[in-house]
Amino acid sequence: MTEHVVLRHRQPGLENINQLAAYQASGGFEAYRTVVTSMTPQAVIDLIKASGLRGRGGAGFPTGVKWSFLSNRFPRYVVANSDESEPGTFKDREIMERNPFQFLEGLMIASYAAQASTAYNYLRGEFWELAARLDAQIAELHAAGLLGKNVLGTQYSLAVHNHLGAGAYICGEESALLESIEGKLGQPRLKPPFPADRGLYGQPTVVNNTETLANIPPIVARGAEWYRTLGTESSPGTKVMCLSGHVANAGNYEVPFGITFRELIFGLAGGIRGGRTLKAILPSGASAPILAATDKVLDTRLTYEDVAALGSQLGSASIILMDETVDMSWVALKTTHFFKHESCGKCTPCREGTYWMTHILDRVQAGGVQATDLALLSDVTQQIGGKCLCPLGDFATSAVVSSLKLFPADYEQHLMGAAAVPAKPAARAKVAQPVS
Amino acid sequence: MMSLQQKYPDEVAAILARYPADNKRSAVMPLLYLAQRAENYVPAAALDEVAALCEIAPTQVASIVGFYTLYYDKPGGRHRIQVCTDLPCALRGADDFAAKLCAHLGVEMGATTADGKVTVEAVMCLAACDRAPMFQVQNGAGLTFHENQTLESVKALVAKLQAE
Amino acid sequence: MPEPVSFFVDGQPVTAAPGTIVVDAAKTVGNDIPVFCYHPKLDPVGMCRMCLVEIGMPQRDRATGAAVLDEDGQPKIAWLPKLQTACTTPVAAGMHVRTTTDAVERARKDVVELILTSHPLDCPVCDKGGECPLQNLTMRHGPGSSRFVFDEKIKLEKHVPLGDLIYLDRERCIQCARCTRFQEDIAGDPVIGFDQRGRSLQIVTHSDPGFDSYFSGNTTDICPVGALTTADFRFGARPWELKHSDSICTHCPVGCNLHLNTRRSGVAGDFVIKRVMPRQNELVNETWICDKGRFGQHFATSIDRLTVPLVRRGGQLVEATWDEALAAVAARMQAAPGAVAALAGERLSNEDLFALRRLMEGTGGRVALWPGAMGGGDVVQQVGVGAGTDIARASGDTAIVLVATDLEEEAPVWWLRVRQAATKAGATLDKSRAQLIVLNGRSTTADSCATHVVRYAYGAEAASVTALTAMAAQVRAGQAPPAGVTAEIAGAAQALAAAKNIIVFYGRDGLGYAGSTAVAQACANLLIATGNGGRHNSGLVPVWPHSNTQGAWDMGVRPSGLGAAEFAADAAVVIAAGADPLGDGEQLPGSTFVVAVELFATLTAQRADVVLPARAFTEREGTLTSGERRVQRYYPALPVRGQARADWQIFSQIGEQLGLGKSPVSAAAVMLEISRSVAHYAGINYQALANVEAQWPDVGGSDLYYGGTAFQNNGGLGVQTPTLIERGQAVAALAVAAAAAPPEGLRAVPVAVLYDRSTTFVRSAVMGAHIPAPYVELNAADAARMQVADGARVRLQVQGRSAELTARVNGRAPLGVVLVPQSLGGLVLHSAQPATVERA
Ligand SMILES: Cc1cc2nc3c(=O)[nH]c(=O)nc-3n(C[C@H](O)[C@H](O)[C@H](O)COP(=O)(O)O)c2cc1C
Ligand code: SF4
Ligand code: FES
Repeated sequence: MTEHVVLRHRQPGLENINQLAAYQASGGFEAYRTVVTSMTPQAVIDLIKASGLRGRGGAGFPTGVKWSFLSNRFPRYVVANSDESEPGTFKDREIMERNPFQFLEGLMIASYAAQASTAYNYLRGEFWELAARLDAQIAELHAAGLLGKNVLGTQYSLAVHNHLGAGAYICGEESALLESIEGKLGQPRLKPPFPADRGLYGQPTVVNNTETLANIPPIVARGAEWYRTLGTESSPGTKVMCLSGHVANAGNYEVPFGITFRELIFGLAGGIRGGRTLKAILPSGASAPILAATDKVLDTRLTYEDVAALGSQLGSASIILMDETVDMSWVALKTTHFFKHESCGKCTPCREGTYWMTHILDRVQAGGVQATDLALLSDVTQQIGGKCLCPLGDFATSAVVSSLKLFPADYEQHLMGAAAVPAKPAARAKVAQPVS
Repeated sequence: MMSLQQKYPDEVAAILARYPADNKRSAVMPLLYLAQRAENYVPAAALDEVAALCEIAPTQVASIVGFYTLYYDKPGGRHRIQVCTDLPCALRGADDFAAKLCAHLGVEMGATTADGKVTVEAVMCLAACDRAPMFQVQNGAGLTFHENQTLESVKALVAKLQAE
Repeated sequence: MPEPVSFFVDGQPVTAAPGTIVVDAAKTVGNDIPVFCYHPKLDPVGMCRMCLVEIGMPQRDRATGAAVLDEDGQPKIAWLPKLQTACTTPVAAGMHVRTTTDAVERARKDVVELILTSHPLDCPVCDKGGECPLQNLTMRHGPGSSRFVFDEKIKLEKHVPLGDLIYLDRERCIQCARCTRFQEDIAGDPVIGFDQRGRSLQIVTHSDPGFDSYFSGNTTDICPVGALTTADFRFGARPWELKHSDSICTHCPVGCNLHLNTRRSGVAGDFVIKRVMPRQNELVNETWICDKGRFGQHFATSIDRLTVPLVRRGGQLVEATWDEALAAVAARMQAAPGAVAALAGERLSNEDLFALRRLMEGTGGRVALWPGAMGGGDVVQQVGVGAGTDIARASGDTAIVLVATDLEEEAPVWWLRVRQAATKAGATLDKSRAQLIVLNGRSTTADSCATHVVRYAYGAEAASVTALTAMAAQVRAGQAPPAGVTAEIAGAAQALAAAKNIIVFYGRDGLGYAGSTAVAQACANLLIATGNGGRHNSGLVPVWPHSNTQGAWDMGVRPSGLGAAEFAADAAVVIAAGADPLGDGEQLPGSTFVVAVELFATLTAQRADVVLPARAFTEREGTLTSGERRVQRYYPALPVRGQARADWQIFSQIGEQLGLGKSPVSAAAVMLEISRSVAHYAGINYQALANVEAQWPDVGGSDLYYGGTAFQNNGGLGVQTPTLIERGQAVAALAVAAAAAPPEGLRAVPVAVLYDRSTTFVRSAVMGAHIPAPYVELNAADAARMQVADGARVRLQVQGRSAELTARVNGRAPLGVVLVPQSLGGLVLHSAQPATVERA
């Protein structure tokens, strides 16, 4: 049922396309050649607009539209967002490891469309070995005349560099990412101005997710019409869904937008581990509200709109599945703990609020809370929600607000004087303190 | 102490060449990885040199070391075993795995073994959730992922690291 | 001026310049939106979230663009779903801002509550208590109690020295980044920064030596909590116990406006200055002062002040009454008609200088400015900057030229303002940067943000200005700069030719009286040639060595261009007032009767026959004239030490004894006389000098949270004297005296440093560690040839004089040049001189 648009290395016979020769043998870099030798930048932008491609980094913003916002100043930059730090995402890494040239080709086409002569690929620091391989692959592209001065004998010149982060989730947020490349603390900038106007070094900049960029060569090669045959009207194409948690077969699944949770989880991924019952779904890592695994939810189509209609987000599609043994107040502690650790510290509500949420949730786990503490927890989410400069603050409240609402019993069992609940070893373990 | 420029002249030049000449500050992160290579942490003297190379103040370099978790301003173990205990991994037993690893090493989470070889740390999601339990090993030379781990496999690795 | 924008705050119509942010605009109609991270002098960052408000725009019909009306015929407002930060939102036409809704009030309460969860609430022992933005805003907007568990607060270090002047209390810090942004954007010296992230964010320094920056004290003023305090003031007093008076800094020609806080202190319970704070004067120092001004006032209350008149009896200086002492002086002067020579220090007030000149005129004596190392005061009177010139806000159409000056060392707050114009970092609507052209024989801090740096050989200062003037004229006439000149010079000429306004600062780096006089004329010629003399936002600024050198020129007291011995050669009586020629390494004829009018027992006072104790500026009234020719008034702050009298009083009383008429009753009366007899001081009187107008931003009052602890100006903004050009007179370019051929071989070049050993600075114990031992700076190649290493002891010899000092080989001295910082106790140099240096 699935066509591999970005996970092409999974197609039989193409296992080796992480080798330049194999990639080129399968038609690789033809799209780039076409673009550079025969298309105007505007025509490329129009093509991507027509394809309806939406950003895969989380917000789902139409890519061609974003490119058309670039201010008329030079130099311009294109930056690939390979920070991939959302808990539960591991798709960009697979693309860059197994199908690196398709991603690079997409980045190069984007650079041409933006008329940028320098592009940076910002990888999370943990992708150290991957970055070393990409360095070598970029060098191969130079040697092949696909990068460097006067690409393919044209007037166009392009250099691509990898830039490693160093352990900061917030650098996935595009403006913090740009600060980080500039050698500053990874703290988000005020918007406006947006990167398309003032991005890297104050110059017009396109920031796109790795997966977004990997979609571009096939669109150029096979056309916007073909692309629109995949997925749905407003969410065209395929999407790599990262399945983790209590799923039988965890991993990446590239599927057309529009299949349902049920089809994905039970049809493709083998259902829930150990034949247990699915209790809840985090559709977008730690950032979006939890969904209770009701029939309505399971029959919802995986598109940006349909998941939003459920009150959550598809985001980067890092789908974390939890079976009936999981205590949702513990899940809230895990996500809150993550955001406390990753808060950049710029905004008061996020900086202080994530600390206090973690604190109260820790006490929930320890069993030392009263109903007023839960009310306070709920109140802190409102102190943070909608009050911060970047979305991280809102992200941090999602799991707490939704779990309080959907799974109140999971909290109430911890109230002082509540009847003892059976021990759930995996779920009850205290959060290990990460180093900072 | 030898300066970075003396020790790694080609790499320093290559790093600086990646960024526009009037934005040398961009080189601060890659240069800090270089500064961390020899001793697995950034010695104070390197702050000054990185600052000079990037044409910024040493305090600005120190801020970067402080903000990003993969830089260290104090020595730790020769290898840092960083176990992901974030939600997706925890759902697949990472907390338990981490606790057992600590017990095996005889240290608390975050501490270093008596021989100074291994520090064990709990870290946030490493983009390998489908292959939990997993961890990465960080040392001066860089980072390596170890996925689908068992207590046996990690014990073997620790033995190897401690034998080095 | 672009069209103002109209919008609404809580329904009330408001207008503001386009680009103005909501916080500032609301303030103009008395709506104080609370802020912590926002500071009107810094670019907004929107991080504390205290200023959240509701913002809406009139709905427009998509098709027609017409405003959509509601049932009442009012425009329908589309409110943004989330609260917005008023500190980052620029006003827009028709915008509606709501600041009193439940949502806004809740947001304010939430932010205060969250901030307080990690704040120690140690107000009873906090220096900021009583003038603390956090305290005030908590009272106004905070919740009455907190719901968080207080025994789980984070505990952090409380007395962290960031340097030896500034201490940090980590628990009190609210991570607003005001201090780090000030240091990076305004001071250009990012020696403090954040460490860690999230709730662990902390201010740290990793520079060596620590937080040691000429403007560090300002961070304690703008810190909205008691996290940053000065070593000088911390634990010294509670703000509400302090009295205050308005004053003017006496350390340099900028003339920063000060707010002196005094209180009884110590065992004796004497009144002392507890702290020196900036007083807002947007055209002078805005809300900033440098650390020399802030911490350099202790001389005024130093225990070694002279407090009683002394006369020499039997070879000893012994205490006398004023009557005895004044009579002794008058008698000597009477006995020697026409043979009196007076040396007047450059820190004396206008009133003092005027009274002294009067005394000399009345007795046929002569007066000269001492040391008088810099010339050009008359040229400044002709083509100085025009009234209302605003250096910091100079924009793209302005070229700022620095000639022969190390501005940061010589006039720090001017450097701060020039830097703002050149970088436009910090809050400003107009982000177009002024061109900064730096001409010097060596590198200085100003090079860091210069658009063009022109290096001349010492000795060619005036010639290079003249050459640049000619080149700019050629470019204006449509010619290309001559072939062969460097790109920097050609660029500078082009920038000058294109500039609508030109502000020239000239100083005395490597120069003496003659050299700086020539440079002044050359700079004047540049301004005259381009029509930029004495105009608003254009003209000449002298970087005088002292705080009232300009006033002295205006009062008719000028340098003689001679050494002290020569000037006093045939005088029977020498009056040294605030002047210490012996301390400056000069001689006085052995037979003369020396009268010293002084604060301290200087070498000259020790040699004097009569010593008359003068009042410090803190004990009297007076005026000083800044380099921008702003006459500014200072007020008494402390009781008089002993029997000290104001210098003008002393001179008038000597005159009274000599039958020159009654002494005026007050400093104000002297100023009246000045205004009658000095043409460009006409109309200047103490009332006029005390006038204040509304300034922007509106700091002070009860709004301490908005501009930090900056003080509103209630003592007067001062009055700028008109230039000759402003008075409608033609000023012609004059020939520039040719410089003497530079000496062959190694040259010693005098330069200025901020932290020196001058009598009025060295007595501030807090600054002791910052004043270096005498040193010279050598070029690396010269040093290698002499086999002198960095830090080695060397012997410097200049014209038969010699001194042993430390050599610094730090890449700042050009080849063949030895930089000799002055006023450090090394050799006094009056100009560049041939020198030898050898290992000691
Ligand atoms: C806190 C935060 C973290 C983010 N992390 C990532 C990330 O790891 N990778 C990513 O591609 N986008 C991330 N984003 C989204 C980016 O800001 C940005 O929208 C995206 O890179 C744009 O690319 P796209 O249009 O191709 O999706 C994050 C956003 C936020 C607010
Ligand atoms: S800049 Fe000059 S006048 Fe201003 S505070 Fe500093 S020393 Fe005083
Ligand atoms: S966010 Fe506006 S004042 Fe701090």
